[in-house]
Amino acid sequence: MSVDTATVAKIASLARIKVTEADLEAMVPELNGILAWVEQLGEVDVTGVEPMTAVIPNTLRLREDVVNADPLTGGDVRDKVLANAPAPEHGFFGVPKVIE
Amino acid sequence: MSSYRIHGATGEWEVVIGLEVHAQITTQAKLFSGSATAFGAEPNTQVSLVDAAMPGMLPVLNGECIRQAVRTGIAINAQINAWSRFDRKNYFYADLPQGYQISQLYHPLVGEGYLDIEADEKAGIPVAKRIGVERIHVEQDAGKLMHDQHPTMSYVDLNRSGVALMEIVSRPDMTSPAEAGAYLSKLRTILRYVGSCDGNMDQGSMRADVNVSVRRPGEPLGTRTETKNVNSVRFVMAAIEHEANRQVDVLEAGGKIVQETRLFDPDTGTTRSMRSKEDAHDYRYFPDPDLLPLVLEAAFIEECRQSLPELPDAKRARYEQALGLSAYNAAVLTADVETARWFERLVALTASKQGKAEADVAKQAANWLTSELFGALNKLGKGLLDSPIGPEAAAELLALVGNATISGSIAKQVLEKMLETGDGAGEIVEREGLKQTTDTGAIEAAADAVLAANADKVEQYKGGKEALFGFFVGQTMKALQGKGNPQLVNQVLKAKLG
Amino acid sequence: MTALTDLTVTALRDGVAQGEFTATEVATAFNAAVAEAQGALNAFIVTTPEKALDAAARVDADRAAGKPLGKLAGVPIGMKDLFATQGTQTTAASHILEGFVPQYESTVSQKLWDAGAGMLGKLNLDQFAMGSSNETSAFGNVISPWRRPDGQGGLDTAALAPGGSSGGSSAAVAARIVPAATGTDTGGSIRQPAAFTGISGIKPTYGRCSRWGIVAFASSLDQAGPMARDVADCALLLETMAGFDPKDSTSLNLPVPDWSAALSADLRGKKVGIPREYRIEGLNADVAKSWDDGIAWLKDAGAEVVDVSLPHTKYALPTYYIIAPAEASSNLARYDGVRYGLRDLPDHAGLQDMYAATRAAGFGAEVKRRILIGTYVLSAGFYDAYYTQAQKVRTLIARDFTEAFAQCDVILTPTAPSSAFALGEKSADPLEMYLNDVFSVPASLAGLPAMSVPAGLDSTGLPLGLHLIGKPFDEQGVLNAGLALEQRAAFTARPKKWW
Repeated sequence: MSVDTATVAKIASLARIKVTEADLEAMVPELNGILAWVEQLGEVDVTGVEPMTAVIPNTLRLREDVVNADPLTGGDVRDKVLANAPAPEHGFFGVPKVIE
Repeated sequence: MSSYRIHGATGEWEVVIGLEVHAQITTQAKLFSGSATAFGAEPNTQVSLVDAAMPGMLPVLNGECIRQAVRTGIAINAQINAWSRFDRKNYFYADLPQGYQISQLYHPLVGEGYLDIEADEKAGIPVAKRIGVERIHVEQDAGKLMHDQHPTMSYVDLNRSGVALMEIVSRPDMTSPAEAGAYLSKLRTILRYVGSCDGNMDQGSMRADVNVSVRRPGEPLGTRTETKNVNSVRFVMAAIEHEANRQVDVLEAGGKIVQETRLFDPDTGTTRSMRSKEDAHDYRYFPDPDLLPLVLEAAFIEECRQSLPELPDAKRARYEQALGLSAYNAAVLTADVETARWFERLVALTASKQGKAEADVAKQAANWLTSELFGALNKLGKGLLDSPIGPEAAAELLALVGNATISGSIAKQVLEKMLETGDGAGEIVEREGLKQTTDTGAIEAAADAVLAANADKVEQYKGGKEALFGFFVGQTMKALQGKGNPQLVNQVLKAKLG
Repeated sequence: MTALTDLTVTALRDGVAQGEFTATEVATAFNAAVAEAQGALNAFIVTTPEKALDAAARVDADRAAGKPLGKLAGVPIGMKDLFATQGTQTTAASHILEGFVPQYESTVSQKLWDAGAGMLGKLNLDQFAMGSSNETSAFGNVISPWRRPDGQGGLDTAALAPGGSSGGSSAAVAARIVPAATGTDTGGSIRQPAAFTGISGIKPTYGRCSRWGIVAFASSLDQAGPMARDVADCALLLETMAGFDPKDSTSLNLPVPDWSAALSADLRGKKVGIPREYRIEGLNADVAKSWDDGIAWLKDAGAEVVDVSLPHTKYALPTYYIIAPAEASSNLARYDGVRYGLRDLPDHAGLQDMYAATRAAGFGAEVKRRILIGTYVLSAGFYDAYYTQAQKVRTLIARDFTEAFAQCDVILTPTAPSSAFALGEKSADPLEMYLNDVFSVPASLAGLPAMSVPAGLDSTGLPLGLHLIGKPFDEQGVLNAGLALEQRAAFTARPKKWW
């Protein structure tokens, strides 16, 4: 499958990356080169093969339902959460107004 | 089949409804982080570095969320998938810090199940119906945006971000707003019995995405719309009503239904298109590589099963069959787990106070509860759960009736005083001298006086107007200030008039 | 006396413990070396001499007070700028995180500090660890300390790539301006730069090192590991960095073996597999020869050499270039200008415009390329053909290793298809650059421990590495074979100082 300018524009929009027309023109052949190359996977017979789910066989551990058991993964850290915010506003993150 | 139809200008339309209910799982901590889930905290205080999606932060699954979702699945007769896993649903929005929601698309925790809704002629449900549940999956809630605090900015609060939700997806088995309402109510009842969700719709603990389509009877399914985040049973019914009629209007005007996300406005009872979500349709789901497969041992699932309480359908059947309650009372008393708990406590206490079997007092207790107490509380604008009197006080009152210390009508007065003062029934009866009179001499004297004062009526009675007997009873009781033992009053009057 | 900066981690640790020199002297020496080289090599994004000195002062005080010292007491190291360091800017070499100061410390870096190590600075890398030459950093290229001999006893002036993505780490260790550094490896990002610069580096079994606090590239592949001058140092550092972390769901709940103590170059009774599929068409003659040397050295150490087959090897790179970008496209969605990092808010921009502008301004070209590839392969209609197919092939690649390991204990291959190339030489063609990881990617896809050790210099006078792949959890087998190679390769070459 190969992509054209419109497809790349759509993908870039889905990925929320603004691209110029010139970027698009350059990206199309690059992406097509990479896609054509990865498509050789299509020739592998994968009949009866399960997709990889865990590279080292292992399953999920269940955490205890305890609040702030580990301060590194608990709440009550608003200052830390907001410390790097581009627009902190009265304890909130500010973003351009959203119309729903 | 429901007979609900929309009568359009060009004929009848059938409505097809499916609900995706998001129920907040009752836990202390979030699904993948240790921050708290309590409602109403200061903005961004219940947010961990994980919830804020700081670089390098990783999710770790809260086992209680899984336990509660499995218990819920068992309660709706569903298949529990011992192997499941989490997927990422990718889209960009300010309330979604990771840029993806961790959810379960490909391998949900809970598979096919169902629940039954009861017939309710008055509500527009002529026959009982089984509503299929396609799946329950576990996922993260999003944060919250506030739009009215700043002229050019929206504010983001991530307190809810990462709170555990169950998404309970029904089959499109409902064909009227009433059925959808009954389904949602029943689901809420079950969740509250199980304890997996508090069902507080006004706090957002439970909300529904409502899928509605219309079609001519017998035709294939029409295009559906999804109305997001409707947060009460009443609103769900109103949203369906409005959306179905809107769709009929569009179709009858020659238009087409666009598959889209809509928003319900509770103030106007209407739905409108939600443009902001429109381009988010390619979610690029894939298994979350930060999380391994979730594999449940048979023993874990069995422990979940064993831990379930008696569920509403079973409880209702038992109330009718073992306790002899009317179908109506059984339905009312099992509709909410707290009501059922209150009632069962009352029955247990009443039986023990009176030295009787529970089955012998349950019916009386149920009648008293549904008519007397509910009626009195209703006047006070209260419900059972914020009732000033508890089952202990109620059992004391019922015991006084049971051992004939007071009559039923005195009991009503006592109940009012109890609600007013918070005092015990015995204390009120004692203080106000409300014990009923079993003194035959006093009753005979009162009866004689009544009969003497109403000689004309005695004549009429003897002439065949037997309905007047009630009048004599009433007058005699009045003379006794309501405290006469009703059986004795009857006996005495019968004898004198006989 | 040997310069402090020429000592290994083990020697520094022991010297401090025995009072031959103080930790402060060590930190001062390395701080000076860092400062001297920074302008020429650009190995660091930020240097933190005061952190190195603070840690050293604590060690010296502890020693004076007779307190027990940690496993790495007095050893200053470089930290790849992919590890979140509390209070010190962490960027992943991306403009989008410029100025981001974490309020937390990654598990791995915390373990190193707890063991008494100090931080010399945050090392440059390919942006979000995407690259094989360190040319994608938003903070400039890292220049390898190595230069080709000009044939007249001097050095060629062409700037060479230190490898990537851990290019700041490899350059700094090779230049002796840090005794060791942390790296991360997604498809070869520890091993290839180690090979390019004549140092050692190990990527442990997936799950050995916690990923908590490491900026994610591709979650199912990312692993931290040490880069140092010899195998013993790698063992010592890895046993400090590894260990179960309940904050990472993929962390292995296993005890960490005492790899240093069990190091042994005696390979009698061990079988070394030579995978025939790695003898690719047109294999560089110097690389082929170094591989043959490696085979001879391992035989000399007592190992039996056996032929093994990894039939799906040729599909490893395409598989990797679907899975890694897919995961990255999602992992990097959080860089949106809302909560931290760059925000580009054009006039009258709405939220979605802000995202698109921020991400366009913040991410470099290679990062964008991979996000687009990843977005495409996950998008509606293509998911099964690309992503699901790749995960199935990944299963086959892992199965190949399982079958090969039924016949051998460790696998020997070259680390990279060539020695270091010049900066700019391969950056025009992404595919040619991707081929650099042809030998390192299969082990990553299978989650296996793997390491590169220096084997010698090629005909252009640049280092080549040999690559050892072990069974899951058998870091010891990898390290032991690495030690056997190291002893026989007797690699003593080092870059001539030109900076």
